[in-house]
Amino acid sequence: MLHNLANLVRYRGLIQSLVGRELKARYRGSILGFVWSFVNPLLLLAIYTFVFTTILPNRMPDVQPYALFMLCGILPWTWFSASLTDASGSLIAGGNLIKKVLFPAEVLPIVSVLANMVHFLLGLLVAILFLVIYQKPPDLWDLGWFPVAVVVQLVFTSGLALILAALTVHFRDLRDILANVLTFWFFATPIIYPWNMPGIVEYKTLFDLNPFTHLAITYQEILFYQGPIGHWRWLLALGVGSVGTFLAGYWLFDRLRDSFAEVV
Amino acid sequence: MTPAIELRDVTKVYRRFGAKHFATLKSALLQRSILRDLGPTETLQALSHVSFEVAPGRTFGVIGRNGSGKSTALKLVAGITKPTSGTVSVRGRISALIELGAGFHPEISGRENVFINGIMLGLTKREITRRFDEIVEFAELTDFIDAPVKSYSSGMYMRLGFAVAIHVDPDVLLVDEVLAVGDEGFTHKCLDKFSEFRRRGKTIMLVTHSLGVVERFCDEALWIDAGRIRAQGDPKRVVNAYLTSVEETEERELAVTTAKAVASVAGKPGTKADEGRGASAAGRVPEAIRAAPTTAELERETKDMFQAVEGRWGSRQVEIAEVTLLDGNGQSSFVFHSGDPLSVQLKIIAHIEATDFVFGVSLFNAEGVCCYGTNTFIEQMDPETLTGESTVTFAVDSLELVEGTYKLDVAVHTCDGAPYDYHRLLYTFRVKSRTPDVGIYRPRHHWTFSPNVRFKNGGNGS
Repeated sequence: MLHNLANLVRYRGLIQSLVGRELKARYRGSILGFVWSFVNPLLLLAIYTFVFTTILPNRMPDVQPYALFMLCGILPWTWFSASLTDASGSLIAGGNLIKKVLFPAEVLPIVSVLANMVHFLLGLLVAILFLVIYQKPPDLWDLGWFPVAVVVQLVFTSGLALILAALTVHFRDLRDILANVLTFWFFATPIIYPWNMPGIVEYKTLFDLNPFTHLAITYQEILFYQGPIGHWRWLLALGVGSVGTFLAGYWLFDRLRDSFAEVV
Repeated sequence: MTPAIELRDVTKVYRRFGAKHFATLKSALLQRSILRDLGPTETLQALSHVSFEVAPGRTFGVIGRNGSGKSTALKLVAGITKPTSGTVSVRGRISALIELGAGFHPEISGRENVFINGIMLGLTKREITRRFDEIVEFAELTDFIDAPVKSYSSGMYMRLGFAVAIHVDPDVLLVDEVLAVGDEGFTHKCLDKFSEFRRRGKTIMLVTHSLGVVERFCDEALWIDAGRIRAQGDPKRVVNAYLTSVEETEERELAVTTAKAVASVAGKPGTKADEGRGASAAGRVPEAIRAAPTTAELERETKDMFQAVEGRWGSRQVEIAEVTLLDGNGQSSFVFHSGDPLSVQLKIIAHIEATDFVFGVSLFNAEGVCCYGTNTFIEQMDPETLTGESTVTFAVDSLELVEGTYKLDVAVHTCDGAPYDYHRLLYTFRVKSRTPDVGIYRPRHHWTFSPNVRFKNGGNGS
C-alpha cells in the first residue's frame, strides 16, 4: 500500500493533464465556457438569498450581508459534494481505461476532486467580488488559515472519494444513496444558517460530529466574521482525522483494486 | 540471457458474480456480509499453471480459439490484471495495444488527446512534444489534429491510438488483435512498424487469429487452449498443430450435423415420397424422358431444387443404408483439403431384385448452387441386376473445390426417375484451402510468365 501511495506522486503529471482535460472537456462546446464556473455559484446564491431574505426573512444581525455569509459555506460545499458525486461514478465512467490500459485507478477519483477544486478556486473570485462590494476586507492574519482549510478539505474529500469510488463499483446503489445523503448533509451543516443560532445550540454535540461543520465555520470565520479564528483547534483535529480518512480510503481502494478491471 | 517476459506457473481465476452481487448495500450491511458479498459466487479458470518465457528481441505469437485465455495472458503481461497465483515479470517499458485509443476523450482535440494518452502510456510531456509531429504524420491526421476526437471516423480514431501507442518506444510491445480492425493499408503500416521494431531488437507479444501473420512474423508461437499451453515453439509447427485440432473439432461438429440430419429423416420412409418427382439432382435427363410432366409438377420440381430442404424419400425397395465420406487413406472424414481425394461410399441394400436402377451423386455449395452432379445413367451405364447388400463408391481423385462447406445429395432411382431412396442434402463436409480463391470450383491451373514479369517469391505463391 505504501509503495502504491508513493506512486501517486509519480502520477502527478498524469493527474495534472487529466484534471486539465476534465476542465476543458467540461465546458467544451458551451458558449459561456469557463464563465459557468462563476455563474453557477452566483445563480445558486441568488436563489438562496431570495428565499432567505424575501420569502423567509431572517433578522439575525450577525449574518448580514446574508449573501456573503452563505457564499462562504456554499462554495466549499459545492466542491465537496460535486467531488463525491463525480468520484463515485469515476471508475465506472473510466472503465475503458481500467480494463484496457495499464492505468492507476486511484487517479480517477482524485482527478474528480481536483477538477472540482479548480472550480472552487475560480468561485472564490466571486467571493472576492462580494467582499469588495460589501467592503468587508478579511483579516490578513486570518487568511493564513485559508490554505490550511483547503488542504484539510482536499485530504478529507479525497479519502471519502476513494472509498466511494471503490465501493460504487460493487454497489451501484451507492450513487443514489449518496445523492440523498448529500442533501441531508447540506442541511445538517451550518451553511445557510449560522452555527450559533439559538435553536441549534442544544444539538451542538451532534453538529460537532459533522466534519463539514468545522470546515464551514472555518471558512466563515476567515472570510465573513471579524476577529480572530476561534475554530483552529477543531480544524487541526479535523486535519488529523482527514489523514486517517485518506489512509483508510486508500487502504480500502487498494484492497479492492484487483476487482475493478473485472467488475467494472 | 534474462527473458523479457516470464510467466511462472501462472493461474488466473476470474470471479463471476452471481445475482447475490446485486443485493443492495442495505441488506449487505444488515447481514454484515459486505466482504462475503464482494467475494465470488462462481469462478472461471482462464489460465491454469501457464509458464513461458520470451527472450528479448523475439516476436512471440499467441494463438488459440476464442475464450482460450490468450487475451488474459496478454493482460497479465501488461499488468492490467494480476495473476491469482504464480508470477509474471516483464523487463522494460511496456506498451499494450489492447484497445486503440482506449483513453481518448471525445470532446477534446486530437492534439490534446495525444498528450494525455501519451502521459497515460508513460511518456513525459517533453518526450511527446518531441515525437508529436511523427505521431501525427504516422496517423495521417495532420489536417484534423485540432478537431475534437468525437468527429473522427473510427479509422482515424484507431490510427491515432496506434500511432501514440507505437511511439511510446516500448521495450516490450503487446498487441491484441489490432491488425484485424484497420483497412488493408493500415494493416500493412502496422506490420511494417512491427518489422521495424524487430530490427531494433524489441520484444513483441502478439495475440492474433491471423495465423498467416504468426507464420510470417513470429520467431516463436504459443498455442493456448482452454487456459493451458498446448504447444509452443516453431510457428509453422504450432500453427499446423492448431489447425489440425481445429479440423478435428470441425470433424466432430460436422459428424454431429450429419448424424442429426440423417436422424431427422430416418424411419420416415415415404416422407415427401410422391412418385416420379425425385430424379437425382443430375437426373435432369431422366426427367426429360419422363412422360409429359404437368407444368405444376415441373414448377414444384424446380422450386424444390432451389429450396435447399433436407430430406429423404423414395420407395426404399432399394435402400441407401449408409453414406460415408472417405479421405485418401480410406478413413471416414468430414474435412478435406482442396486437391485431396474424396470418396463417397454408399452401402446399398436391395430388398427386391432390381433391374432398373441408377446411382447418382451431386454436390452443393453453401449457397445451394449445384457444383457438380452425375449419375450412372448419364454416364451410360446400363443396369442389369442389383441384389442384396452391396457397396457403391463414387471416388474423386482430386477435390478441385474452393474453401467452403458443401452438402451432398445421394440417390438411387429408376432410369425414368422414380426414387428408391433419395437423400437430399443430408451429408455435410468442409473443404479447406490454403489459397483464398473464389468461385464454384478450382480448375487445375498454372501460370506462366515471360521473363520480364517477376515476382518477389519467384511466382510460387503459397
